Amino acid sequence: MARRVTLTLGFAGGTREVAVVIPDAEPTPWQWGEKFSVVGVPTPRADGPLKATGRAPYTYDVQLPGMLHGAILRSPYPHARVRGVDLSAARKLDGVRAALDRSGATVRFAGQEVAAVAATSPEIARDALALIRVDYAPMPFVAAMDEAMRPDAALVFERGSNVAAPIVNAVGNVAAGLETAAATHEAVYTTPVQTHVSLETHGAVASWRGDALTVWCSTQGIFGVRDDLAVHFSLPPENVRVITAYLGGGFGSKFGAGHEVIFAAELARMAGAPVKLMLPRADEHLATGNRPSSSQRVRIGAARDGALTAIELVQHGSGGIGGGSGSSGPYLTLYRCANLRTEERNVYLNAGPSSAMRAPGWPQGCFALELAIDELARKLGIDRLELRRRNNPSPVRALEFEIGARAFRWNDRSRAPQSRGPLKRGIGVASAAWHGIGASGPQAQCVALRDGRVQVRIGTQDIGTGTRTIIAMVAAEELGLPLDRVTAEIGDTRYLFSLPSGGSLTAPSTTPAVRQAAAHLKRKLMRLAAPLLGADSDDLIIRGGVISARAAPNRSLTFAELCRRIPGDSLAADGEHVPNYAGYSLTQAGCQFAGVEVDCETGIVRVTDFVAVHDAGVIVDPLTARSQVNGGIIMGVGFALFEERRIDPQLGVMVNPTMDDYKLPGILDTPEIQVFFVEVANGITNTGVLGLGEAVHVAATAAIGCAVADAIGAPVRDLPLTPDRVLAALGQA
Amino acid sequence: MKRFAIIAPADSSSAARMLAEPHRAALAGGVDLLDTLKQNLAAPDELVNLKALGGLDRIERAPGGGLRIGPLVKLSQLAAAPDVRARHAALADAANAAATPQIRNLATVAGNLAQRPRCWYFRNPDIVCLKKGGTKCYAVAGLNRYHAILGGGPSFIVHPSNLAPALVAYDATLTILAPDGERQLAIADFFTPPTIDPRRENILTPGRIITAIEVPAPLANAGAAWLEAREKQSFDWPLVSVVAIIALNHAGVVEYARVVMGAVAPIPWRAPAAEKILLGARLDRDLATRAAAAALAGAAPLAHNGYKVPIAKALVRRAILRAANLADEPA
Repeated sequence: MARRVTLTLGFAGGTREVAVVIPDAEPTPWQWGEKFSVVGVPTPRADGPLKATGRAPYTYDVQLPGMLHGAILRSPYPHARVRGVDLSAARKLDGVRAALDRSGATVRFAGQEVAAVAATSPEIARDALALIRVDYAPMPFVAAMDEAMRPDAALVFERGSNVAAPIVNAVGNVAAGLETAAATHEAVYTTPVQTHVSLETHGAVASWRGDALTVWCSTQGIFGVRDDLAVHFSLPPENVRVITAYLGGGFGSKFGAGHEVIFAAELARMAGAPVKLMLPRADEHLATGNRPSSSQRVRIGAARDGALTAIELVQHGSGGIGGGSGSSGPYLTLYRCANLRTEERNVYLNAGPSSAMRAPGWPQGCFALELAIDELARKLGIDRLELRRRNNPSPVRALEFEIGARAFRWNDRSRAPQSRGPLKRGIGVASAAWHGIGASGPQAQCVALRDGRVQVRIGTQDIGTGTRTIIAMVAAEELGLPLDRVTAEIGDTRYLFSLPSGGSLTAPSTTPAVRQAAAHLKRKLMRLAAPLLGADSDDLIIRGGVISARAAPNRSLTFAELCRRIPGDSLAADGEHVPNYAGYSLTQAGCQFAGVEVDCETGIVRVTDFVAVHDAGVIVDPLTARSQVNGGIIMGVGFALFEERRIDPQLGVMVNPTMDDYKLPGILDTPEIQVFFVEVANGITNTGVLGLGEAVHVAATAAIGCAVADAIGAPVRDLPLTPDRVLAALGQA
Repeated sequence: MKRFAIIAPADSSSAARMLAEPHRAALAGGVDLLDTLKQNLAAPDELVNLKALGGLDRIERAPGGGLRIGPLVKLSQLAAAPDVRARHAALADAANAAATPQIRNLATVAGNLAQRPRCWYFRNPDIVCLKKGGTKCYAVAGLNRYHAILGGGPSFIVHPSNLAPALVAYDATLTILAPDGERQLAIADFFTPPTIDPRRENILTPGRIITAIEVPAPLANAGAAWLEAREKQSFDWPLVSVVAIIALNHAGVVEYARVVMGAVAPIPWRAPAAEKILLGARLDRDLATRAAAAALAGAAPLAHNGYKVPIAKALVRRAILRAANLADEPA
């Protein structure tokens, strides 16, 4: 059963009528010019006061009666065989209740898990680690990419090479494209390993009752953790319950049950008592994932008018003992070019494993590509923004460039004379893109309670972006209720399934399920109201919490009065995310402008201001959306200027696994940020909401890199843009 | 981390006697102490709580316009005190630039002077380096971007204190109490270079505590400047800091000059060669530039910290000119 509807879709740059076939159960997708009453209103996040006052219960805060505390012993060697682990002294320590080890394993990075204990206090657990005797047979290691790529390099894994087979994408003919170019540019750009540094470290509290396991977990995917634990312990999934009420960041590093979660559950089972195992900060840097490094050789060419004739990337990147270091995404997406080729190779090192991190590969690729575009623009004598406009494939981004350039005063600033003193100002612009279109799977339940409140229950989790808030807003919008009547109940695998919060999936995947559930609930409520108002349920409307018949608006019923008529305790309805419609467009654009000030005598860079212009379909809550843009940019400042996992070549250990030495931007390092949204009615789901988390981070570092090159008149092609590199680019050091 | 007890001394003398036992450590602000305990750099059984002592947390004006600073004065207190701001602005600025507001509200003046270096090899509990009784300074062949460019060897740490170069520049005197009595010490003699003992940074061997810091009044016509370069503007350690105190006569000739650098050497690093160039000469940008070159003439950078040399040169020039209230405009 389906119906055909014609939707007005598009954006301020143009709309068109699009026919879409939608299932009967679906509400008509929101379209261009939709009149909202809750959606689109800047709304403070629902749990803001709880978080700001420290009352929001994070995994870290879970305390259970009789709970033990776990700790993990890690290898100090980057590569070693663990010949034996002697737990006897640790087990004898007063207060130690369980211990386990990975004897016989080979450790391949300094920080890899070797043993774990659970004790009656965190202090005893740490003392017990010191009593564990490990017999290591150290092996040769590789700590840097160039070293690992040599033919005689020590091998990370027992196979022929540390270099994985290349992944190649190609269209057209790059050689021919470069041949015809009026100007070409070639250079190597590098980016370091960045760690996620979630404020809440990884960890869990595990509690068994018979064969049933409950785990409070700092995760961005409760169902993934449930499934991993069910497989590990050979349990049916329904025997495992995972709860994430509040999450202190993840950025891609908290999918699935990591070692610390498995260990917490193993130790809890051995000890017959709940175990809490939250990682110390250093462990977080060493072992819970990171953004891989990259070395990107870029060749690029353009015709005299600026039209790109060729783009080529030859890339090596390292995710330590992990893979997935490719950075081709922006090369294949951001600009129109008929001759494109990317070749990516992962290089294995004796270093902590990579994991997904906020737009995997994209900030790295964007940095190199956008700097190369700038270098090419200089050779062509074309304004850098203009060159991007000429090669931009996205009509939405064209409008975004216009809005951004005006707000940033690009033309004035690009013509402003440089100061005579050592402080030089520079500006940069970079394109963003992502595909935050969501995926099917999520289901939601909307429940009207007899006291007039509505709960939306859905097994998603709020990674910190405001998921609770926007879910309640979407349901309130559909139900015609003030927002204060609706709350979102999330973060528990007892609710209906939802996807992990990563890849900008959450908002586009959950909101259609929530809206459908709310629409279904509304239909049930209207059937309940119909006899009370003497009208047909199809003729009833609800607005501002008041139900009335279209034909007889003077007879009405409040939502609270209606809910008192609910038989039993509550009235519930389910909804699901149906597969996306073709709609208007599946792509997501964006652009960011950065201003910097560089002290040419000290090499110190200060990011002064940013203009960010983004689209994410319907913006449900402009306030939390803006907050997400701010976060994406601040994270980009860190990647641009400060952050790098530094591994000592002599020892193969990370020397800066602390908040002191691993440098993150603070408030004084944060620029003035102006945010603009281009609303796009895309009709790809019933809400047309897209995800924002990745798109807002992709271009930030690149824009800063371009601005620094502009300020000092020379590109710094290696991240982070630390004073030594800036001075070297200036010929000062 | 080892369990410890906190004990309270009755007075300064008993604090010094208590601390003569090597199984004890002094507790003041507790900022770096807590770090060193967690990093297994210290494992005392007992902490002697110096905060129990009265009267050591005051800033008093000494006769002649000098300052007498109690060792337990907080950095935030020092930074805000009108008496300090009025005559010793570079000291107030140095205090104000350290760490974060939260830490400045806890950290003490004596603790800032006596804190351990930040070297990432030294701070790593798994690494036994030269400073911890090992045989090797890993910075020499390792990652040394933040290490010493002057006075290094056999250890290449940099002294972490923001106050130290300022107090050296202002010719401060420390009162050191030990079980065998009290003595006064020029602050320059407080610091221990690694050539003498790479395992410590100062003369505070067990039983010695700082009970006062006296800072004489600078010359009436002297100006001072404290400058630092650091990667992050929020909560970071300087790559280089510089204190300059300059007095000019009516003709613009330098009558008095002090130039001290921080974060470049294992101890606060005075630059007498720079001072010599300045003294008796008419100060302009060119002279300041030459003085800065002289200050760094002896620099011996490692593989990754050569960039600190031009930074230090720029900061020395700027600090000299700023102290003299002269513009830093290229001719």
